[in-house]
Amino acid sequence: MTTQAAPEALPRGDALAARRTRTARVLGAMTRSEARLLWREPVIVMFAVGLPVVLVAILGSVPAFRDVDPELGGVRVIDLYLPITSVMAVAMLGLNLTTVTLGGYREKGILKRLATTPVSPLLLLAAHGLVVAGTAVLVAVLAHLVGAVAFDVPVPEQPVGYALAFSLTIATLVALGLLIAAVAPSAGAANGIGTGLFFPLMFFAGLWAPREAMPDVLVRISDATPLGAAVGALQDSMAGSWPGAVHVGVMAAYIVLCGAGAARWFRWT
Amino acid sequence: MAGWLIHSAALGRQGGAMAGSGTTVIEVNDLEKRYGDRLVLRGVSFAVEQGEIFGLLGPNGAGKTTTVEILEGLRRQDAGTARVLGLDPRARRGDLLPLLGVQLQASELPARMTVGEALALQAAFYEAPVDPATLLDELGLAEARRTRFGKLSGGQRQRLSLALALVGDPRVAVLDELTTGIDPAGRRDVWDLVERVRERGVTILLVTHLMEEAERLCDRVAVLDGGRIVALDTPTALARAAGSGTTIRFRPSAPLPAGLLAGLPGVGSVTQTGSTVTVSGTGELAHEVIAVLARHQIVAADLRVEQATLDDAYLSLTGPRGDGPAATDQPVTDQPATGQAPATTRRS
Repeated sequence: MTTQAAPEALPRGDALAARRTRTARVLGAMTRSEARLLWREPVIVMFAVGLPVVLVAILGSVPAFRDVDPELGGVRVIDLYLPITSVMAVAMLGLNLTTVTLGGYREKGILKRLATTPVSPLLLLAAHGLVVAGTAVLVAVLAHLVGAVAFDVPVPEQPVGYALAFSLTIATLVALGLLIAAVAPSAGAANGIGTGLFFPLMFFAGLWAPREAMPDVLVRISDATPLGAAVGALQDSMAGSWPGAVHVGVMAAYIVLCGAGAARWFRWT
Repeated sequence: MAGWLIHSAALGRQGGAMAGSGTTVIEVNDLEKRYGDRLVLRGVSFAVEQGEIFGLLGPNGAGKTTTVEILEGLRRQDAGTARVLGLDPRARRGDLLPLLGVQLQASELPARMTVGEALALQAAFYEAPVDPATLLDELGLAEARRTRFGKLSGGQRQRLSLALALVGDPRVAVLDELTTGIDPAGRRDVWDLVERVRERGVTILLVTHLMEEAERLCDRVAVLDGGRIVALDTPTALARAAGSGTTIRFRPSAPLPAGLLAGLPGVGSVTQTGSTVTVSGTGELAHEVIAVLARHQIVAADLRVEQATLDDAYLSLTGPRGDGPAATDQPVTDQPATGQAPATTRRS
């Protein structure tokens, strides 16, 4: 380093740091804005936030569901349903909110307008992902709180594993939602595809019959679906072990494949 | 009212309000673009000087929006070059976008986002934005600050999109269909604002199909048709070149001596139908005719002077087929456009 180079190198580093600070500030502003917009959508808030919590309360109120069921491997139905309802919240956010929001942003020309500003439209996608993640965590915490306080559902015995599995669940569903928004011709179509996928995926997650009550072959299929793998990984962490390699691998594969597909096919305009 | 504008000017942003400082800000050379089989730009060239308001005029499908989208870095041309502030809009995107303000033709916001929120968020994208509150005030949106986008009228939406384009305090503003959907009174306010923005030395590229807007705002206008520039001049020069010149109609208080008007300079034709005399020609026609009538103590009753407008020029340049998109595939004419003038001509 010569003495002449030093004063040049410093401002350049400063400029880079300044740009990073600005990007972080813009991401913060966009995330707050996205969060505000989400809370102004009463239907989404009711379904994605309210419904899972209410479902825990209703299921927990059924006395039989609070009894240990030997056919389910010695756990109670309500214990099994906590991961399922948490996953349901993430599924609604990823399959409905993400698809409609991003499809709408493209249709309304919002992404195109961003492309004419110094800010990348990718930042808006990131802000949206953060809001989905934040909301999902909030719902899961609320559901577990209701479960723990009202029905003595134990907290996850492997909390770090549980957090890891839940993070993967969020990433999987945001990636899936992005892929749908990327390939669907319109926001309406994206919403249709998302809703259409929600029910089969939630079936394999065990919403109608928990994985513990499924025949072997259904469990195998469930393991290979994004939400089945998510519930499996969460249930393992509830019971005290780390999420299994199969479930983590399945979710990671969905994240990579859906993410790559979204990156490949996403149109900004 | 003009708070932020005056403030910025006082800070000494390239003071020279009117064009003519000689710095080329936008330069486009032989731009070509095709969508599939369709050639939408067939060699478009023009240059815009600093502080100029330059209009792009033409029927739908003429290539106006494609041209500005290339300048905004949203599209890549198939051939030719584009430079804004000396920068390639795609290769130097990161350097150009902070200096560019863009109003897109059709761009919405999330329905539940308020006007104030939208502008504050956009302001956060820039290093030294103007004060959003003042800008809203100037665009007559102060009272709509808390209104959600979904509840705004068409005119309010259009003003908001202009505010979003200007909040970053750009050096170049590209405005596509500036006043679409705004009522005539609001239109004048927006035009006033655009003129004040230009007074700070901001260069403005305006896409419009409103002749009145082009005549009022633009220093020069390029008329596009079928993907090429068929005329480029000041609005007045274009109107003059349209050929029809000036037409005067009046009823003389006494019969006109034969040959009285026909011999005047600039007079092309004199016709009489009933009691009404019609004189067509060019130059200072009205002055000449009235002076000679006065000398003969003839009063011109019901006097009407009709000047060719940019409208006439536009119609004669782009033909009577109007905006039929089908027309855009055809070359306009085999000859170079007659109205074309040296690119340096400007309104004095």
